[in-house]
Amino acid sequence: MEIGLNHYLVLSTILFSIGLVGVMRRKNLLMLFFATEILLNSVNISFAAISHFYGDLTGQMFAFFVIAIAASEVAVGLGLLIVWHKRHNAIDLDLMSTMKG
Amino acid sequence: MFEAIAFYLFSFLTIAMFYITVTTSQALYALSALAAGMIFISAFFFILGADFLGAVQIVVYSGAVMALYAFGMMFFDTTRDVKEKKGNKYLITGLATLAAILVVVIVSAPLIGENISAYYPMTEGAGNTQEIGMVLFTKYLVPFELAAVMLLVAMISGIVLAGKKMDLSLTLMSDREIIEMREEKNKKVLL
Repeated sequence: MEIGLNHYLVLSTILFSIGLVGVMRRKNLLMLFFATEILLNSVNISFAAISHFYGDLTGQMFAFFVIAIAASEVAVGLGLLIVWHKRHNAIDLDLMSTMKG
Repeated sequence: MFEAIAFYLFSFLTIAMFYITVTTSQALYALSALAAGMIFISAFFFILGADFLGAVQIVVYSGAVMALYAFGMMFFDTTRDVKEKKGNKYLITGLATLAAILVVVIVSAPLIGENISAYYPMTEGAGNTQEIGMVLFTKYLVPFELAAVMLLVAMISGIVLAGKKMDLSLTLMSDREIIEMREEKNKKVLL
Protein backbone atom coordinates (compact mmCIF):
# COMPACT_ATOMS: atom_id res chain seq x y z
CA MET A 1 0.00 0.00 0.00
CA GLU A 2 1.33 3.35 -1.04
CA ILE A 3 1.50 6.13 1.53
CA GLY A 4 0.55 9.39 -0.15
CA LEU A 5 0.26 13.02 0.80
CA ASN A 6 -3.32 12.53 2.01
CA HIS A 7 -2.20 10.08 4.69
CA TYR A 8 0.12 12.67 6.17
CA LEU A 9 -2.49 15.42 5.94
CA VAL A 10 -5.05 13.22 7.73
CA LEU A 11 -2.50 12.44 10.45
CA SER A 12 -1.76 16.15 10.75
CA THR A 13 -5.50 16.86 11.11
CA ILE A 14 -5.86 14.26 13.87
CA LEU A 15 -2.89 15.63 15.81
CA PHE A 16 -4.12 19.20 15.31
CA SER A 17 -7.55 18.34 16.71
CA ILE A 18 -5.95 16.61 19.70
CA GLY A 19 -3.96 19.78 20.33
CA LEU A 20 -7.06 21.96 19.96
CA VAL A 21 -9.01 19.80 22.40
CA GLY A 22 -6.11 20.27 24.82
CA VAL A 23 -6.12 24.04 24.34
CA MET A 24 -9.86 24.22 24.94
CA ARG A 25 -10.16 22.00 27.99
CA ARG A 26 -6.96 22.73 29.92
CA LYS A 27 -7.09 25.15 32.82
CA ASN A 28 -3.47 24.85 33.95
CA LEU A 29 -1.25 27.15 31.90
CA LEU A 30 1.65 24.70 31.74
CA MET A 31 -0.63 22.06 30.19
CA LEU A 32 -1.89 24.73 27.79
CA PHE A 33 1.70 25.24 26.61
CA PHE A 34 2.03 21.50 26.01
CA ALA A 35 -1.09 21.61 23.84
CA THR A 36 0.30 24.48 21.76
CA GLU A 37 3.46 22.44 21.17
CA ILE A 38 1.26 19.67 19.77
CA LEU A 39 -0.41 22.17 17.42
CA LEU A 40 2.94 23.44 16.11
CA ASN A 41 4.26 19.91 15.60
CA SER A 42 1.21 18.72 13.68
CA VAL A 43 1.61 21.62 11.26
CA ASN A 44 5.30 20.76 10.89
CA ILE A 45 4.36 17.25 9.73
CA SER A 46 2.13 18.59 6.97
CA PHE A 47 4.83 21.08 5.91
CA ALA A 48 7.42 18.31 5.63
CA ALA A 49 4.99 16.04 3.77
CA ILE A 50 4.05 18.69 1.21
CA SER A 51 7.73 19.49 0.81
CA HIS A 52 8.49 15.84 0.10
CA PHE A 53 5.65 15.11 -2.31
CA TYR A 54 6.12 18.26 -4.37
CA GLY A 55 9.91 18.17 -4.41
CA ASP A 56 10.11 21.65 -2.94
CA LEU A 57 12.25 22.78 -0.03
CA THR A 58 10.06 25.69 1.06
CA GLY A 59 7.98 23.50 3.35
CA GLN A 60 11.05 22.35 5.25
CA MET A 61 12.26 25.94 5.57
CA PHE A 62 8.94 26.96 7.10
CA ALA A 63 9.14 24.02 9.48
CA PHE A 64 12.54 25.31 10.67
CA PHE A 65 11.14 28.75 11.33
CA VAL A 66 8.17 27.23 13.15
CA ILE A 67 10.62 25.34 15.39
CA ALA A 68 12.57 28.55 16.07
CA ILE A 69 9.37 30.39 16.97
CA ALA A 70 8.26 27.54 19.23
CA ALA A 71 11.58 27.62 21.08
CA SER A 72 11.42 31.37 21.72
CA GLU A 73 7.75 31.12 22.69
CA VAL A 74 8.63 28.55 25.33
CA ALA A 75 11.43 30.73 26.74
CA VAL A 76 9.27 33.85 27.05
CA GLY A 77 6.16 31.98 28.14
CA LEU A 78 7.91 30.05 30.89
CA GLY A 79 9.56 33.27 32.13
CA LEU A 80 6.18 34.97 32.40
CA LEU A 81 4.70 31.86 34.02
CA ILE A 82 7.43 31.78 36.68
CA VAL A 83 6.87 35.47 37.47
CA TRP A 84 3.11 34.87 37.78
CA HIS A 85 3.64 31.80 39.97
CA LYS A 86 5.99 33.70 42.28
CA ARG A 87 3.42 36.44 42.73
CA HIS A 88 0.17 34.46 42.99
CA ASN A 89 1.33 30.94 43.79
CA ALA A 90 -0.94 29.47 41.12
CA ILE A 91 -0.91 29.10 37.34
CA ASP A 92 -4.63 28.62 36.75
CA LEU A 93 -6.12 30.45 33.82
CA ASP A 94 -9.27 31.42 35.72
CA LEU A 95 -7.27 33.53 38.19
CA MET A 96 -5.95 35.72 35.37
CA SER A 97 -9.02 37.88 35.12
CA THR A 98 -7.64 41.21 36.31
CA MET A 99 -8.90 42.92 33.16
CA LYS A 100 -12.43 41.61 33.61
CA GLY A 101 -14.89 44.48 33.48
CA MET B 1 5.66 -1.78 2.32
CA PHE B 2 8.22 -0.81 4.92
CA GLU B 3 7.12 2.81 4.61
CA ALA B 4 3.48 1.88 5.22
CA ILE B 5 4.33 -0.18 8.32
CA ALA B 6 6.52 2.60 9.70
CA PHE B 7 3.90 5.24 8.95
CA TYR B 8 1.06 3.42 10.69
CA LEU B 9 3.20 2.36 13.66
CA PHE B 10 4.51 5.86 14.29
CA SER B 11 1.15 7.53 13.70
CA PHE B 12 -0.44 5.23 16.26
CA LEU B 13 2.36 5.92 18.76
CA THR B 14 2.28 9.68 18.18
CA ILE B 15 -1.51 9.91 18.53
CA ALA B 16 -1.43 7.77 21.68
CA MET B 17 1.33 9.90 23.24
CA PHE B 18 -0.35 13.21 22.45
CA TYR B 19 -3.68 11.86 23.67
CA ILE B 20 -2.01 11.05 27.00
CA THR B 21 -0.49 14.55 27.07
CA VAL B 22 -3.88 16.17 26.59
CA THR B 23 -5.93 13.99 28.93
CA THR B 24 -3.71 13.08 31.88
CA SER B 25 -4.06 14.93 35.18
CA GLN B 26 -0.39 14.49 36.14
CA ALA B 27 1.93 17.19 34.83
CA LEU B 28 4.91 14.82 34.88
CA TYR B 29 3.14 12.20 32.73
CA ALA B 30 2.13 14.92 30.30
CA LEU B 31 5.74 16.09 30.00
CA SER B 32 7.12 12.59 29.42
CA ALA B 33 4.42 11.72 26.90
CA LEU B 34 5.03 14.97 25.03
CA ALA B 35 8.78 14.27 24.86
CA ALA B 36 8.09 10.78 23.49
CA GLY B 37 5.65 12.18 20.94
CA MET B 38 8.27 14.66 19.73
CA ILE B 39 10.73 11.81 19.13
CA PHE B 40 8.09 9.84 17.21
CA ILE B 41 7.31 12.89 15.07
CA SER B 42 10.96 13.08 14.05
CA ALA B 43 10.47 9.56 12.62
CA PHE B 44 8.01 11.01 10.08
CA PHE B 45 10.63 13.54 9.02
CA PHE B 46 13.13 10.74 8.46
CA ILE B 47 10.55 8.77 6.44
CA LEU B 48 9.87 11.87 4.34
CA GLY B 49 13.56 12.31 3.56
CA ALA B 50 13.93 15.47 5.63
CA ASP B 51 16.88 14.17 7.63
CA PHE B 52 18.12 17.51 8.86
CA LEU B 53 14.64 18.53 10.02
CA GLY B 54 14.34 15.26 11.95
CA ALA B 55 17.67 15.82 13.67
CA VAL B 56 16.69 19.41 14.52
CA GLN B 57 13.37 18.14 15.87
CA ILE B 58 15.13 15.76 18.24
CA VAL B 59 17.77 18.29 19.32
CA VAL B 60 15.52 21.33 19.72
CA TYR B 61 12.29 19.78 20.97
CA SER B 62 13.35 16.77 22.95
CA GLY B 63 16.59 18.40 24.03
CA ALA B 64 16.05 22.10 24.55
CA VAL B 65 12.30 22.66 24.87
CA MET B 66 11.63 19.62 27.04
CA ALA B 67 14.61 20.39 29.29
CA LEU B 68 13.33 23.97 29.62
CA TYR B 69 9.90 22.66 30.62
CA ALA B 70 11.47 20.23 33.07
CA PHE B 71 13.47 23.04 34.70
CA GLY B 72 10.43 25.31 34.67
CA MET B 73 8.34 22.65 36.36
CA MET B 74 10.68 22.75 39.35
CA PHE B 75 9.15 26.13 40.19
CA PHE B 76 5.59 24.83 40.14
CA ASP B 77 3.83 22.37 42.37
CA THR B 78 3.55 19.48 39.95
CA THR B 79 2.64 16.75 42.39
CA ARG B 80 -0.97 17.74 42.86
CA ASP B 81 -3.58 16.81 40.27
CA VAL B 82 -4.44 19.32 37.60
CA LYS B 83 -8.02 20.51 37.84
CA GLU B 84 -10.01 20.71 34.63
CA LYS B 85 -12.84 22.79 33.36
CA LYS B 86 -16.17 21.03 33.36
CA GLY B 87 -17.41 21.90 29.91
CA ASN B 88 -19.41 20.14 27.23
CA LYS B 89 -17.02 17.44 26.08
CA TYR B 90 -18.70 16.71 22.75
CA LEU B 91 -18.94 20.37 21.86
CA ILE B 92 -15.22 20.84 22.51
CA THR B 93 -14.23 17.78 20.49
CA GLY B 94 -16.55 18.72 17.62
CA LEU B 95 -15.31 22.28 17.47
CA ALA B 96 -11.67 21.17 17.60
CA THR B 97 -12.16 18.64 14.79
CA LEU B 98 -13.99 21.21 12.67
CA ALA B 99 -11.27 23.80 13.19
CA ALA B 100 -8.53 21.29 12.36
CA ILE B 101 -10.27 20.20 9.15
CA LEU B 102 -10.68 23.86 8.20
CA VAL B 103 -6.96 24.48 8.67
CA VAL B 104 -6.05 21.48 6.52
CA VAL B 105 -8.50 22.57 3.80
CA ILE B 106 -7.00 26.06 3.82
CA VAL B 107 -3.48 24.66 3.53
CA SER B 108 -4.27 22.07 0.87
CA ALA B 109 -6.65 24.19 -1.24
CA PRO B 110 -3.86 25.63 -3.43
CA LEU B 111 -2.45 22.12 -3.91
CA ILE B 112 -5.76 20.77 -5.21
CA GLY B 113 -6.84 23.90 -7.04
CA GLU B 114 -3.97 24.21 -9.48
CA ASN B 115 -0.91 22.36 -10.63
CA ILE B 116 1.83 23.89 -8.56
CA SER B 117 5.48 23.56 -9.49
CA ALA B 118 8.42 23.50 -7.12
CA TYR B 119 9.61 26.96 -6.19
CA TYR B 120 12.96 25.81 -4.89
CA PRO B 121 13.35 22.35 -6.41
CA MET B 122 15.61 19.80 -4.80
CA THR B 123 18.98 19.51 -6.49
CA GLU B 124 20.09 16.17 -7.82
CA GLY B 125 22.92 14.39 -6.11
CA ALA B 126 22.98 16.55 -2.99
CA GLY B 127 22.12 15.38 0.48
CA ASN B 128 19.23 16.87 2.40
CA THR B 129 21.49 18.87 4.72
CA GLN B 130 23.44 20.27 1.76
CA GLU B 131 20.24 21.33 -0.03
CA ILE B 132 18.89 23.01 3.07
CA GLY B 133 22.15 24.86 3.58
CA MET B 134 22.09 26.11 0.00
CA VAL B 135 18.49 27.35 0.17
CA LEU B 136 18.69 28.67 3.73
CA PHE B 137 21.79 30.78 3.15
CA THR B 138 20.69 32.19 -0.20
CA LYS B 139 16.93 32.56 -0.50
CA TYR B 140 16.05 32.59 3.19
CA LEU B 141 19.02 34.49 4.57
CA VAL B 142 17.04 37.49 5.90
CA PRO B 143 14.37 35.37 7.70
CA PHE B 144 17.22 33.29 9.11
CA GLU B 145 18.93 36.37 10.55
CA LEU B 146 15.60 37.65 11.87
CA ALA B 147 15.01 34.30 13.57
CA ALA B 148 18.44 34.60 15.19
CA VAL B 149 17.59 38.08 16.51
CA MET B 150 14.22 36.79 17.75
CA LEU B 151 15.90 33.95 19.63
CA LEU B 152 18.32 36.44 21.21
CA VAL B 153 15.40 38.62 22.32
CA ALA B 154 13.62 35.56 23.72
CA MET B 155 16.76 34.52 25.62
CA ILE B 156 17.21 37.96 27.17
CA SER B 157 13.54 38.19 28.10
CA GLY B 158 13.69 34.71 29.63
CA ILE B 159 16.70 35.71 31.74
CA VAL B 160 15.11 39.01 32.80
CA LEU B 161 11.72 37.49 33.64
CA ALA B 162 12.80 34.32 35.40
CA GLY B 163 16.00 35.68 36.92
CA LYS B 164 14.42 38.09 39.40
CA LYS B 165 15.61 37.49 42.96
CA MET B 166 17.90 34.74 41.75
CA ASP B 167 20.76 36.44 43.64
CA LEU B 168 19.33 35.13 46.90
CA SER B 169 20.53 31.66 47.81
CA LEU B 170 18.29 29.70 50.16
CA THR B 171 21.11 27.30 51.05
CA LEU B 172 23.48 30.05 52.20
CA MET B 173 20.88 32.02 54.19
CA SER B 174 20.24 31.38 57.87
CA ASP B 175 16.83 30.08 58.98
CA ARG B 176 15.85 33.43 60.49
CA GLU B 177 16.50 35.26 57.22
CA ILE B 178 14.41 32.76 55.28
CA ILE B 179 11.48 33.12 57.69
CA GLU B 180 11.68 36.91 57.44
CA MET B 181 11.74 36.72 53.66
CA ARG B 182 8.68 34.44 53.65
CA GLU B 183 6.74 36.79 55.89
CA GLU B 184 7.59 39.69 53.65
CA LYS B 185 6.45 37.70 50.63
CA ASN B 186 3.17 36.74 52.31
CA LYS B 187 2.53 40.40 53.04
CA LYS B 188 3.06 41.22 49.38
CA VAL B 189 0.68 38.48 48.27
CA LEU B 190 -2.01 39.72 50.66
CA LEU B 191 -1.66 43.22 49.26
